[in-house]
Amino acid sequence: MTINLATESGFHAPGTEIFNFEPLFSIGGLDVTKPMLMAFVGSAIVVTLFYVACAKPTMVPGRLQALVELGYTFVRDDIARSIIGGKKGDKYVPLLVSLFFFIWILNLFAVIPLLQFPVTSRIAYPAVLAITVYLLFIFLGIKHQGPVGYFKNMMFPPGIPKPVYVILAPLEFISTILVRPFTHAVRLFANMFAGHVLIAFFAVTAYYFIVETQGLGIVIGVAGFVMTIAMTGFEMFIQVLQAFIFTLLAAVYIQSSVEVDH
Amino acid sequence: MSILAAAEEAPNILVPPVAELVVGGIAFFVVFFALARVLLPRIKKTLEERADAIEGGLARAEEAQAEAAETLAKYKEQLAEARHEAAGLREKARQEGAVILKEMREEAQAESKRLTTQAHQQIEAERKQALASLRTEVGRLAVDLAGRVVGESLEDEARQRRTVDRFLEELEATAEDTQDARAAR
Repeated sequence: MTINLATESGFHAPGTEIFNFEPLFSIGGLDVTKPMLMAFVGSAIVVTLFYVACAKPTMVPGRLQALVELGYTFVRDDIARSIIGGKKGDKYVPLLVSLFFFIWILNLFAVIPLLQFPVTSRIAYPAVLAITVYLLFIFLGIKHQGPVGYFKNMMFPPGIPKPVYVILAPLEFISTILVRPFTHAVRLFANMFAGHVLIAFFAVTAYYFIVETQGLGIVIGVAGFVMTIAMTGFEMFIQVLQAFIFTLLAAVYIQSSVEVDH
Repeated sequence: MSILAAAEEAPNILVPPVAELVVGGIAFFVVFFALARVLLPRIKKTLEERADAIEGGLARAEEAQAEAAETLAKYKEQLAEARHEAAGLREKARQEGAVILKEMREEAQAESKRLTTQAHQQIEAERKQALASLRTEVGRLAVDLAGRVVGESLEDEARQRRTVDRFLEELEATAEDTQDARAAR
């Protein structure tokens, strides 16, 4: 399809190749690419944001401090405390706040001029975060319920007819131990990937039909331009939402490990 | 051709390159470390202090209100007491006034009675004196008159007095008769 379009009309719809970057330079055998640099920039932005806002916090907060406090209390109250619960949840607030802001900034890069690439649309970044959460909740499950109790509670929840366990036990095991980290990472990755493809597609359409061709095609070009703007706005919403969902799920997984909810 | 070649070379988008896993992990760890160790505890502390300040402020306000209420109650009590005392004083003054008035009235009455009695006595004494002098005067006049009438001087004192007395008794008797007659009428 891509090849056909490319050969017949000269229009080239963006595909997976826009997610691959040539190394910019190499340090000690590590090929540094644009997303890698952006990951560090993102991490620096989050740290700087929190540092500027809260290095010297005041009782009556300034604007930036109030904003960061709003983000902090949102994660604390609406994720940690409401999912994990009160005092127990407070322990995981730093992790959840870090996850939320780090992911959000990496997502936000998709709509920042010149950067214009969501780092989280490369599977490695969601994957490493999902793996971190995965290792944490398994560790917490074993710590709070015991190595046997954790798997027993997971695979054999009480109050279910015995024959059902034949199906339920393997399903629960697969869903918690195998599928969970995968879906956790892929949900974020796929959303950002698709969003970036869409914006790229509309942008290329606009460029192609307005700049490179003349005639009636310009109508399509204008539509592409309008859609690029609209999708950019929509993506900004999706970016926050996906950061929130990733963090929320991390909290849900932690909660299921520190407490037996059957 | 080149696109086909690129597609063949392109890695699977679902397979994370190890280098990026490491980079992503480090980038996140930096954020987590800075926030968890340094910055978030400060936010937490500030939020707690603010909550404390607000709660403390509320507590202080409550305390002040309670104190104000207490003071008001005390003032009201004092006011009531003062009013009561004032009423007591007024009542006492009124009673004392009444007593004084009564005493003064009694005194005045006694004084007036005394004055009246004194006046009566004086009048009585004067009347008696007048009567006595009148009697003497009338006697002398009568003797003079009688002397002139009968042409003789009644030198004998005793005789003279007896004559006068007799004359006066007759006169008095006549006067009593006249009075009786007036009363009868």
